[in-house]
Amino acid sequence: MVKSKDELIHDHNHDGIDRRGFLKCMAWAGTGALCVIQGGILKSYSLSQMSQWREKEKGHLSFVQISDSHMGFNKAANPDVVATLKAAVDKINGLATPPEFLLHTGDISHLSKTEEFDTVDQILKSAAAKDVFFVPGEHDVLNDDGKQYLERYGKASQGAGWYSFDKNGIHFIGLVNVLNLKPGGLGTLGPEQLEWMKKDVQHLKQSTPIVVFAHIPLWLVYPEWGWGTQDSAQALGFLKKFGSVTVLNGHVHQTMQKIEGNVTFHTAASTAFPQPQPGKAGSPGPMKVPTDQLKSVLGITNVKQVQGQHALAVIDSTLG
Amino acid sequence: MKRICVCIAAMAMSLGTVALLPESKRVSAHAQQGAPAGTGVKIDNFSFGPETLKVAVGATVTWTNRDDIPHTVVSTTGTFKSKILDTDDKFSFTFSKPGTYPYFCSIHPKMTGKVVVQ
Repeated sequence: MVKSKDELIHDHNHDGIDRRGFLKCMAWAGTGALCVIQGGILKSYSLSQMSQWREKEKGHLSFVQISDSHMGFNKAANPDVVATLKAAVDKINGLATPPEFLLHTGDISHLSKTEEFDTVDQILKSAAAKDVFFVPGEHDVLNDDGKQYLERYGKASQGAGWYSFDKNGIHFIGLVNVLNLKPGGLGTLGPEQLEWMKKDVQHLKQSTPIVVFAHIPLWLVYPEWGWGTQDSAQALGFLKKFGSVTVLNGHVHQTMQKIEGNVTFHTAASTAFPQPQPGKAGSPGPMKVPTDQLKSVLGITNVKQVQGQHALAVIDSTLG
Repeated sequence: MKRICVCIAAMAMSLGTVALLPESKRVSAHAQQGAPAGTGVKIDNFSFGPETLKVAVGATVTWTNRDDIPHTVVSTTGTFKSKILDTDDKFSFTFSKPGTYPYFCSIHPKMTGKVVVQ
């Protein structure tokens, strides 16, 4: 943990972010950090600096991403996922700027059971933000190829549940990459969805900020564990003309961030249980941490649009 | 502009084996509680063990999920398909014709295995 020096600036225009700086940002992400690009320069702040930063951001869109609530999970890594989802809602309701809406990036349920979805919906009703936009995780489409998910959450969507909408001039695209997975492969978007996405963005101005959200990361986090999407490069190819693209994913149960050109990739923490860092365990299964530390490895992600800044600010905070 | 590459890893996995279509019958889960040694596959740590199982024609293979996370057992060629298997759930299938039967977990497709029926 880096505490002595908590601001980081790298000139992103001609040299990219160096590896050391990036890792520093990653290390902070686990405990709550803000990474923002200002005019092509990545700046990171620790949460201790957040109060001064908040002054600059009033009156702009703020929303919260939550992920991987795994309702129904009851094993040692977290026997009470109801309590931690409620803690996430408390965290959301305590934010200085109330979010306009929530994005849930999948694995709402653990076993695709109706009562699991019911419980999550009930708990999220107490969140200050009334609108919740979902994309499915692989745990939400078990046994029925996503039929129940689609009936419940996808009424206004296309195909297997993909859709787009606009808020405050930002174009949001929710993608589905957890169906029709092939043996040995990764997450998959598929040709039908890619074709839809291409048409969905082609009429937009280059200056439109884009937010893409999907369950499995749209970048190769760790293919050995299936943490990536086979055809994500095609999807990202449609977004090359845009100046600001933010990609939000779940699935890996930990915060990670990567910045590549004008694209910021970010994965959110789970509200249910942590998973190991890539390659740091034999498998990506649930990781047991001491009970009193559980909330420090679960979290929510607050995303803000800030005047005068091209990219959105992505701020992780833990549940405890 | 230089780019950051956090993870560089090559994905290399292929299942090129062609399976014969058997006239096998599926037996219900839990029907093979006392599966004889050599016809069981343990699902543990996001992998099938053994990854390749050799059995005789007519053998019933039973998969048992020992993970904290649900998995499935799905034939690559559509020969068999389990429901979702939560922790300790089992799935059995009887192989009545010789051949090689590749399968995978349809929600964690990196998990692959095969049954060779001789």
